[in-house]
Amino acid sequence: MSNIKEIQNEIVDEFEMFDDWMQRYEHMIELGKSLPLIEDKYKIEDNLIKGCQSKVWVHAELQGDRLIFTADSDAIITKGIIAILIRAYSNQHPKDIIDADTAFIDEIGLKEHLSPTRANGLVSMIKQLKMYAVAYQTQLN
Amino acid sequence: MKVASTETGFDVETVRKDFPILSRKVNGYPLVYFDNAATSQTPQQVIDTIVDYYSRYNANIHRGVHSLSQEATDAYEQARLKIRKHFNAAKSHEIIFTAGTTHAINLVASGFSALIKEGEEVIVSALEHHSNIVPWQMLCEKTGAVLKVIPMNDNGTLNMNEFQNLLSEKTKLVFVNHVSNALGTVNPVKEIIEKAHGVGAAVLLDGAQAAPHIKADVQELDVDFYTVSAHKMCGPTGVGVLYGKEEWLKKLPPYQGGGEMISTVTFEKTTYADLPHKFEAGTPNICGGIAFGAALDYMNGIGFEKIAAYEHELLDYATVKLLEIEGLRIYGTSEEKTAVISFNIGDLHPYDIGTIIDKLGVAVRTGHHCAQPVMDYYKIPGTVRASFAFYNTKEEIDIFIEAVKRAKNMLS
Repeated sequence: MSNIKEIQNEIVDEFEMFDDWMQRYEHMIELGKSLPLIEDKYKIEDNLIKGCQSKVWVHAELQGDRLIFTADSDAIITKGIIAILIRAYSNQHPKDIIDADTAFIDEIGLKEHLSPTRANGLVSMIKQLKMYAVAYQTQLN
Repeated sequence: MKVASTETGFDVETVRKDFPILSRKVNGYPLVYFDNAATSQTPQQVIDTIVDYYSRYNANIHRGVHSLSQEATDAYEQARLKIRKHFNAAKSHEIIFTAGTTHAINLVASGFSALIKEGEEVIVSALEHHSNIVPWQMLCEKTGAVLKVIPMNDNGTLNMNEFQNLLSEKTKLVFVNHVSNALGTVNPVKEIIEKAHGVGAAVLLDGAQAAPHIKADVQELDVDFYTVSAHKMCGPTGVGVLYGKEEWLKKLPPYQGGGEMISTVTFEKTTYADLPHKFEAGTPNICGGIAFGAALDYMNGIGFEKIAAYEHELLDYATVKLLEIEGLRIYGTSEEKTAVISFNIGDLHPYDIGTIIDKLGVAVRTGHHCAQPVMDYYKIPGTVRASFAFYNTKEEIDIFIEAVKRAKNMLS
């Protein structure tokens, strides 16, 4: 099992193969297609992430001491972004999720999405994943 | 960029030279700015006015005895006269400087809360921007007045028969936008005003989206209140105007207390200043007001008839080209509309399209455009909205169309 940093590096390496933004976006759209989809019953208002122009639902549950995320979005690019995040953070220990940094987003050329005022809400997504981690960490303790 | 001559003989090439921002690149591509309904770009003449103000005569107005203060006061009041003339208000004190349209609407809504009683009715249209809905909902919550809504038709026009049915002697106020921000529909405001006046109701027109394209004559319209924002008509942000008929402005209580708006102050009683100062508490956006005047000079120098004719040429050109894209639907197809096109392609999310074409240098608006009731009517999360100004070109529309096609291919 790879840790978060290893997966982040793997994603960075993948994105480095592409020369321009267009290919990076196409790759991101592809990654969106492999997103572990949230079950319909969890697509509820409470699981919506605030601050996104498109809808993003995220669900989290513990399996053993690992936190498993599933998600979906009604926008394709947003789905790609959440897929990248979940690939890095899902199936990890909550404490590691809390401690993880997000520098890899910058490295894969999505820096513009890191602005807190950007309408896609990438920052809100990261915050939400970490909130889940904090909540489940207290359960584990 | 090579710019072809236009059908209307409008010299867009010369006009473009006035706008420094239009020559910049975004994400490596020449900027194509089609978000004019959100805010317009600023010509050098207005930028120069702002620089000149801060370089030569920045001072607080109306109170100073010194020369700089007098110069600033003169320039500010001169701007008020230009605005009066532009909108053909009968009196210059019917022009109240505000921070923009939202502020102007809140000023009127707040004032009306002292004039409206429980059970009386106010009418809003289904096409409104949130800023022309929420202040009135707050008014109704405060007073117990009832909010009624003029429904819309599929093509983005208002259902005028229903409007007629909503009117009664209980109606005190009708507020409608002159032009819809989400769809570009030009509403039949003259008819709305006549009918509302027929039952003794006052009318507020939100002119934010109309003012950049249509020169409203408030006396000819016989409208009671008209609101505009400078930043949508080549002026700076943070300044706008409330036009109000003198009789109404006298009836409304002051909105904010403070300096400038008083006549005398003692701890026992304060008497308020005359119009327009009664509604202009505190130090205003002096430079903004003066620059708004310069923006009107600039646009009038070109001429609103020429602007409207050329923008329609752009609208028609873009509409035909966009409809060639398979699966594309345009929302708001009224015969009377400004140069705004709201659209979606199949079930693609507007956010996705907006994000991709931004990477190609094209700026548009995506989302609900602060008009959620309109989006709810069409049962969509939002639209992509391209809005044109007189400094845009057909060549830019071609670039935009190619960008949209590319986005569609990437996302499908």
